[in-house]
Amino acid sequence: MIQSTAPLDSADSGQARRSDSPMPKKRRRRYAKSSILARGEPMVWLTGGSLVLCVGMIISLIALILYQGGTTFWPGKILSFKTVNGTVVQGEITRSSSVTYTPEIISGLDPKTKEKVEAEVAKGNKTGHRRLVRTGNFDLTNTHFEWIDNNSIQEEQEPEWLVLLERRSWGRFYGIPKALKRNDEVIAEGPEATWKAFQENHTEVYEGVERFIGVQKYDFGRIHKSLEKSRLRLKSIELEHGIESAEYREGQKKLQEETNATKSEEARLNEELALLKKKNSELTMTLVTAGGQEATVPLAEIVRGVASNQLNTSGRLGLYFERWWEFLFDDPREANSEGGIWPALVGTVIMTLLMSAAVVPFGILAALYLREYAKAGFVVSTIRIAINNLAGVPSIVFGVFGLGFFCYIVGSGIDEMFFQENLPNPTYGKGGVLWASATLALLTLPVVIVATEEAIAAVPGSMREGSYACGASKWQTIQRIVLPRALPGIMTGFILAMARGAGEVAPLMLVGVVKLAPELPIDSVAPFLHPERSFMHLGFHIYDVGFQSQNSEAAKPMVYTTTLLLISIIAGLNLVAIWVRGRLRRRFIKTEI
Amino acid sequence: MKTQVPRSELPDEEARGRLEGIVNDQSQPGSETQSPEPVVRQNVQQQEAGRLEAIQRGETFEPEIHDCVRQEEHVLNVDGFSFWYGDKQALFDINMPIPKGKITAIIGPSGCGKSTLLRSINRLNGLLADTRHQGDILLNGDSVYGKSVDVIQLRKRMGMVFQKSNPFPMSIFENVVYPLRVDGERDKKVLNEVCIQSLKGSALYDEVQDRIQDSALGLSGGQQQRLCIARAIAGEPEVLLMDEPCSALDPVATIKIEDLMQDLKGEYSIVIVTHNMQQASRVSDYCAFMYLGRLVEYGPTGDLFTNPILPETADYVSGRFG
Ligand SMILES: Nc1ncnc2c1ncn2[C@@H]1O[C@H](COP(=O)(O)OP(=O)(O)OP(=O)(O)O)[C@@H](O)[C@H]1O
Ligand SMILES: [Mg+2]
Repeated sequence: MIQSTAPLDSADSGQARRSDSPMPKKRRRRYAKSSILARGEPMVWLTGGSLVLCVGMIISLIALILYQGGTTFWPGKILSFKTVNGTVVQGEITRSSSVTYTPEIISGLDPKTKEKVEAEVAKGNKTGHRRLVRTGNFDLTNTHFEWIDNNSIQEEQEPEWLVLLERRSWGRFYGIPKALKRNDEVIAEGPEATWKAFQENHTEVYEGVERFIGVQKYDFGRIHKSLEKSRLRLKSIELEHGIESAEYREGQKKLQEETNATKSEEARLNEELALLKKKNSELTMTLVTAGGQEATVPLAEIVRGVASNQLNTSGRLGLYFERWWEFLFDDPREANSEGGIWPALVGTVIMTLLMSAAVVPFGILAALYLREYAKAGFVVSTIRIAINNLAGVPSIVFGVFGLGFFCYIVGSGIDEMFFQENLPNPTYGKGGVLWASATLALLTLPVVIVATEEAIAAVPGSMREGSYACGASKWQTIQRIVLPRALPGIMTGFILAMARGAGEVAPLMLVGVVKLAPELPIDSVAPFLHPERSFMHLGFHIYDVGFQSQNSEAAKPMVYTTTLLLISIIAGLNLVAIWVRGRLRRRFIKTEI
Repeated sequence: MKTQVPRSELPDEEARGRLEGIVNDQSQPGSETQSPEPVVRQNVQQQEAGRLEAIQRGETFEPEIHDCVRQEEHVLNVDGFSFWYGDKQALFDINMPIPKGKITAIIGPSGCGKSTLLRSINRLNGLLADTRHQGDILLNGDSVYGKSVDVIQLRKRMGMVFQKSNPFPMSIFENVVYPLRVDGERDKKVLNEVCIQSLKGSALYDEVQDRIQDSALGLSGGQQQRLCIARAIAGEPEVLLMDEPCSALDPVATIKIEDLMQDLKGEYSIVIVTHNMQQASRVSDYCAFMYLGRLVEYGPTGDLFTNPILPETADYVSGRFG
């Protein structure tokens, strides 16, 4: 009613105005021009400004991660500082910051520095600079880092023979080589000779240690696992035939044989280990530390020795990439704060792929039903709203659900049925990569359903009608016309789901992610994919390294590099999906002529 | 098989006789009220305000169906068909036999139900929620709306061409053989043969023969429409339904499609909806004039355009109305 009368009214009033004022039209136009909003520029500024703000924040976040993650492995110079009160600090600069000298800060300084700072402050220089030096040698000094105030430096040097050792435990070591010994017998003396001898011998020792670890981890693991398998077989015989049966006795005998065989194999391996250990621990290197102390480091402890101050740019680059390589493809050391992240990388990728494999078909089928088969009405609208709101449920709730439903109900059921011999140890009745994927699939399901529904709805009705008119059934139309045409849109949903799922951490902590997984969820032992195993995940790794580690300052670079890696993986997966989507789009959707 | 006897043959005859008088009287509009003939109620009103206005008021008339339409052999027979979109009735008791092997045009102002009628023939309208119908349509004597009819099998017996060309997002080849694909045909030889036959049939073969495996979306608008015709005839339908097939095309493409229709005629029975009077008069053998969901006049195109029974039809085809 109002709508229909409004134009009439205005027409009337226009007529009235025309009759008593000569140029009503002109006045109206002037009014329009004088409005700020009518001119448009402010809106351009507002909208453009918002965009710039968003993009700026995203770019600075990515730049921070890129910079911090990218520079972590760059070998810096190792500096040696002599301070005004006579101590020596040696190490790499981690970062620097400015300080404003307040009375509290000044009172915390050592006496000589205090004097100098007070003089500066009196002159009006209230701010100064300080640098964080990674001093290493935690076993000797009980600290990894030390702040050093520029005002306290008496002398700054780059000693040629000050070297860095990356160790298997206790973190980094900085010092000047003094002597290399084999079983107390000195074979090299003086920095240069010692370093040369170290480099000659280190590779061999390194390989010996790797072999030692390999025997410990894989060979022992293998024989224990086969023994465990035989025991389980015996137990299932017991469950099936009873303890009195002939089969059981037969199995028992076999198990006994196998146990004996394992014992002798174990003895052999132990012998090999002892030999390796003896050989590996023969060589030691003595170094002089910043405090003038002498310290002895077994070569077996050293992962890598770097004479940083002698390296040229290409040497640095080589070392940089070597460290990246180690980071990507090695196992973590020292409570994850050193070494590589290979298990977390594998875990993340496998979990994301499993999640996609679960969520995409389900999402598409659900969306198809909602769009194509369900009669529009109250129920469907309610379901649609529920699905949309599901996306807003805190992810930890999904974790709780996953633990309660997948692990404890479904998993326990599977254990009861198929892995009875293992009980009471759960096989599927605990967190694992399968349940984590299922939980995340549930979490990302709304994204896929909504995107798919939209894509299906966007398929032109004329195409469907064309198909029906050709005598196609509903399913044929969906399968041959609707789905191919909606595929790019479905891919969009898939991309969003993947990005959301790969970055999710909270629910995973409940359904299978662990700090340190003994085995990868994928390996060369049949059936190759082990969906019941718990796994490591980059997102959780970031949390663990960043907030749970003793040495948080040393772990910080790891946080950035791991973040960088996680982002790269998600971006990589997305790029592939976007590329596929582009191809599909070109194939199925051409702009109308 | 044989055409069924129209339910209202006798009254129709009467009406026609009366109306001839009116047509003859048309030169003196004032004389309509003093018509000497025995007048039924409807006719009085028609004479007072014109039949179309009467239809607007919701009154019902028997359509003027020329005799020679009934004498033809019929492929379709619309039998007392009404159709509703929700509460809105779009078709009112349509009785309309459609001759076999001929081109039948349906004309009428926008919104009069032409598309609805056409889409009712292959039950595309039934896909919409909240629609309702009454009466039946017979395709070569078989009920279209009967209870036990398999609508998918039914649609396989008809081909349809839409106003806006709607090629599928596949290759030209797959587009053409789509009706066979949905029937489960896999024999490459058969598919190839049908594809070439249909493309030739729709006068497209020469233009696309060297890119038959390319996407159909790369064709021009006119080519796409002819591709849709090729698709429609690939299933060898008993009747071809065309809803304004040329309205989005340029004159050259239009002529091509009109020529094509002339070629297809005989082998196929064609029902075409068009807004273009010249087109209707050029291509069609029979022509039906609809108004507000009702059939008004239906007869041989020549008669309808030069010598219609009703003055309203004359007005419409000459562009004085609508
Ligand atoms: N899907 C629909 N839902 C409701 N009403 C509809 C629908 N389609 C058509 N109608 C109505 O039915 C009547 C007949 O429509 P129809 O499309 O058959 O007209 P038409 O003669 O084809 O017109 P045009 O020449 O403009 O294509 C119109 O009044 C229209 O508003
Ligand atoms: Mg229409």
